[in-house]
Amino acid sequence: MAENKAIEFSSDTLAVAKKIIARYPEGKHKSALIPILHLAQTEFDGWLSVEAMDYVASVLNIKPIEVYEVVTFYSMFNTKPVGKCLLEVCQTSSCWLRGSDEIINHIKKKLNIEVGETTADGMFTLKTVECLGSCGTAPMLQCGGDFHENLTTEKLDSLLEKMKIKNERSTYLKSLNLSS
Amino acid sequence: MAKVTIDGIEIEVPDGTTILNAARQIGGKIVPPAMCYYTSLKDTGGKCRVCLVKVSQGSAKDPRPMPKLVASCRTPVADGMVVQNITSPDVLEARKGVVEFLLLNHPIDCPICDQAGECDLQDLTYEHGTEVTRTEFERRTFDKIDIGDKIKLHMTRCIMCYRCVYVADQLTPERVHGVLNRGDHSEISTYIEKAVDNDFSGNMIDVCPVGALTDRTFRFKSRVWFTKPMDAHRNCSKCCGKVVLWMKGDDILRVTGRKDHYGEVREFICNECRFEHKNTADWVIGGPRHINRHSVISQNHYEKVDLQKLRKEIDRQIVFQKGKQLPETSTSHS
Amino acid sequence: MGKKLLLEHINEPGIQSFEVYRKKGGYASVEKALKTMKPDDVTEEVKRSGLRGRGGAGFPTGMKWSFIDKKSGKPRYLVCNADESEPGTFKDRYLMEHIPHILIEGMITSSYALGANTSYIYIRGEYMYVAQILERAIDEAYANGFLGDHILGTDYSLNLYVHVGAGAYICGEETALLESLEGKRGNPRLKPPFPAVAGLYSCPTVVNNVETIAAVVPIVNLGGDEYAKIGVGRSTGTKLISASGHINKPGVYEIELGLPVEEFIFSEEYCGGVWKERRLKAVVAGGSSVPILPAGLILTTAKGEPRLMTYESLADGGFVTGTMLGSGGFIVMDETTNIVQNLFTFTRFYRHESCGQCSPCREGTAWMEKILHRLLQGKGKKTDIDILVNAAKNIEGNTICPLGDAAAWPVAAAIRHFRKEFEEIAESTTEGKKLEIATH
Repeated sequence: MAENKAIEFSSDTLAVAKKIIARYPEGKHKSALIPILHLAQTEFDGWLSVEAMDYVASVLNIKPIEVYEVVTFYSMFNTKPVGKCLLEVCQTSSCWLRGSDEIINHIKKKLNIEVGETTADGMFTLKTVECLGSCGTAPMLQCGGDFHENLTTEKLDSLLEKMKIKNERSTYLKSLNLSS
Repeated sequence: MAKVTIDGIEIEVPDGTTILNAARQIGGKIVPPAMCYYTSLKDTGGKCRVCLVKVSQGSAKDPRPMPKLVASCRTPVADGMVVQNITSPDVLEARKGVVEFLLLNHPIDCPICDQAGECDLQDLTYEHGTEVTRTEFERRTFDKIDIGDKIKLHMTRCIMCYRCVYVADQLTPERVHGVLNRGDHSEISTYIEKAVDNDFSGNMIDVCPVGALTDRTFRFKSRVWFTKPMDAHRNCSKCCGKVVLWMKGDDILRVTGRKDHYGEVREFICNECRFEHKNTADWVIGGPRHINRHSVISQNHYEKVDLQKLRKEIDRQIVFQKGKQLPETSTSHS
Repeated sequence: MGKKLLLEHINEPGIQSFEVYRKKGGYASVEKALKTMKPDDVTEEVKRSGLRGRGGAGFPTGMKWSFIDKKSGKPRYLVCNADESEPGTFKDRYLMEHIPHILIEGMITSSYALGANTSYIYIRGEYMYVAQILERAIDEAYANGFLGDHILGTDYSLNLYVHVGAGAYICGEETALLESLEGKRGNPRLKPPFPAVAGLYSCPTVVNNVETIAAVVPIVNLGGDEYAKIGVGRSTGTKLISASGHINKPGVYEIELGLPVEEFIFSEEYCGGVWKERRLKAVVAGGSSVPILPAGLILTTAKGEPRLMTYESLADGGFVTGTMLGSGGFIVMDETTNIVQNLFTFTRFYRHESCGQCSPCREGTAWMEKILHRLLQGKGKKTDIDILVNAAKNIEGNTICPLGDAAAWPVAAAIRHFRKEFEEIAESTTEGKKLEIATH
């Protein structure tokens, strides 16, 4: 987490937020809440602090509780800081049938963390998730906007290595480009 | 107008009336219970599922039965509709199931709960539940919090009826609490510790069907059945000023809105009336309030007993129970 | 080879782009509809086609469209349900990722039929990269005059937007989806009113699955009658099947409805048989919520007829010996599969995804998951099995939305067909049999 970073969108992001709001009829700006929360999570280090949520409330001119209610409902929003790479391993039927347990255990052992924990260097957080719609390429994990599919422990080793070398925060949103 | 038959009893009600309200107009045992619906709060209902009934004929025009049990509190009647509540074994079975679900995580801490004696969940369990519990799992718990200096939120007891959220939405200028998280982790909370502080927040206590929201000024002062409810009023610039004083001797232990036969307040009261006026001199006292419900509080016989009326009621019950004698004690009153 | 109507050009290099898609005949349905047909004519063709909702419920699409309130004077909306989250289902992702323009094209033609001038594609947040593919495709469609004001010089105008969710299976339920699209928690609404009368922003709205909307493209191009010739009986057209689990060739296959299940599992054209030369044990044929069937019953009905990939054939025998086509999420399990543990992953899923609004689902899904977890830890009791059956029964039909049923059916079916496995686990209390399960 960057120190003393002001909780405020950059002018570019704010412009995108305004563009998103314009997608909904007048007076229905609350519709933009989830897309704008994605912008906020991308901009504010991968999680949504109370300050970040209150800021989003102010951007949309809605009450903070309306933001808290939504953020805590959806599983992609993090209300606590997470590692740079949030490893979201699918564990539902099709993935389980093809070895997701092995993938989860391998990550636990290799990174020495339990599900829900972050490595000491702040690089990785392990999370188990429910079906990500990648059943034909199971087992799989999602990290930011990337699906890593047909995983084996070998593939996993090289993937984690690459992530370490890259040392960048992975985000769901990769670009702010929106259609007109 | 629409003619509807509920458990064999026909009634004519205005179009748009819900099955539940039609049943309430008939009254008596055929009225489905309701834990989340609240007449004076818009959009409530449909969530707890204890009011499920069977629609065995949709309407005169389309007599097909509805494929599933429906929430009577949110389903409007249609002309010629035939509804089964206590005459349907399916309904009773489903209701028993719902009660069991509601109790899976309820702490059953009635002996230390201020709501005991006037708790809708106690009544519901007594009337529709089973005697034994089948769950052996640890119950879900939350920390108790004070939301403001007058209200205690004991989330562990909550059954997620959402009524308090509607109170905040519909009676107060800004809602600061709501439903957070999802599924069986859902909870009523302010997220950040924040006081729910406005003139009408106290109504959250009155609408809560269980002991999740209780009056801190009344906390542990007395069991409700040891208090005497008295109708009273005062001139109030913020609300109707019509309340019930819950008294012990000359002391006012708490003040609430006036609940009707179904436990609902029709005229909400302000926090000043509720919390700030605990002297009898502040009130014009009307007289004892009759609590006509199955709760323990209605067993508190401070009212002058009309022996004739009582005799009649007992005779009626004896007939109803087909010869089953009521225990001797229920006829003796102090 | 069966007919391919949606995936015909899947292997065409560059089919993701407007240019190649157009060259391959893309956007013809828009031209045909806007220039030669009235909106109601399009609806009529969809009715004649016999198309049924491809999201799982199988409701006739043309009929759903005809319910939309055209007299209210309010704006009408078409919302595409791209919240694909039913375990075992990934066909919509595949289609949107590889041929995004077929969805855009279907949205334009369908919006025209419904008289919608603003439409949304609600896509699950986890498919963010797919959302960005759709954003680009929409951009291209605007640039080429297929979106925006006066499309192809006609009076018809349409704005189309992508809206991303943020992780909630329940938003695949159409009224929860609308709540989410309005910026709220995904709590399903109480019905009535139905979306056709009061949907998005209380306006008349139709919500359709991705594949349903894409299928409108060949229906308009071929004509409804021609489309209806494909398939068997009331199961017309082609269907995308997501095949996963213990098979040699997992993936998305477009089949003509009516294909024998046996051929689908064992032929080289489709699943390529059970992996590792093992025997088939069970199949969940239509996504996690439909009843699991043991090998014998999935290949042939109780009457001894070959089971076909149709709505009717899969449902033959009701829930006693049949199942459902559902979303077409086809999960295959080999002989080594622990049915109880597979069920546990489903039940954990439903517990995780219950919105928590109504009591039977909120409490019941969690209870079933806890009981199954305890069983798998070797701490269960034989009575647990009956409690599971009873809890499932008390959830089924008693909730606000179908998630309750979806959570109850797999439990009831797994015990119905594999009770012995539950009993064996209930009887085993040895540490050696203790299974390590991640619960979250």
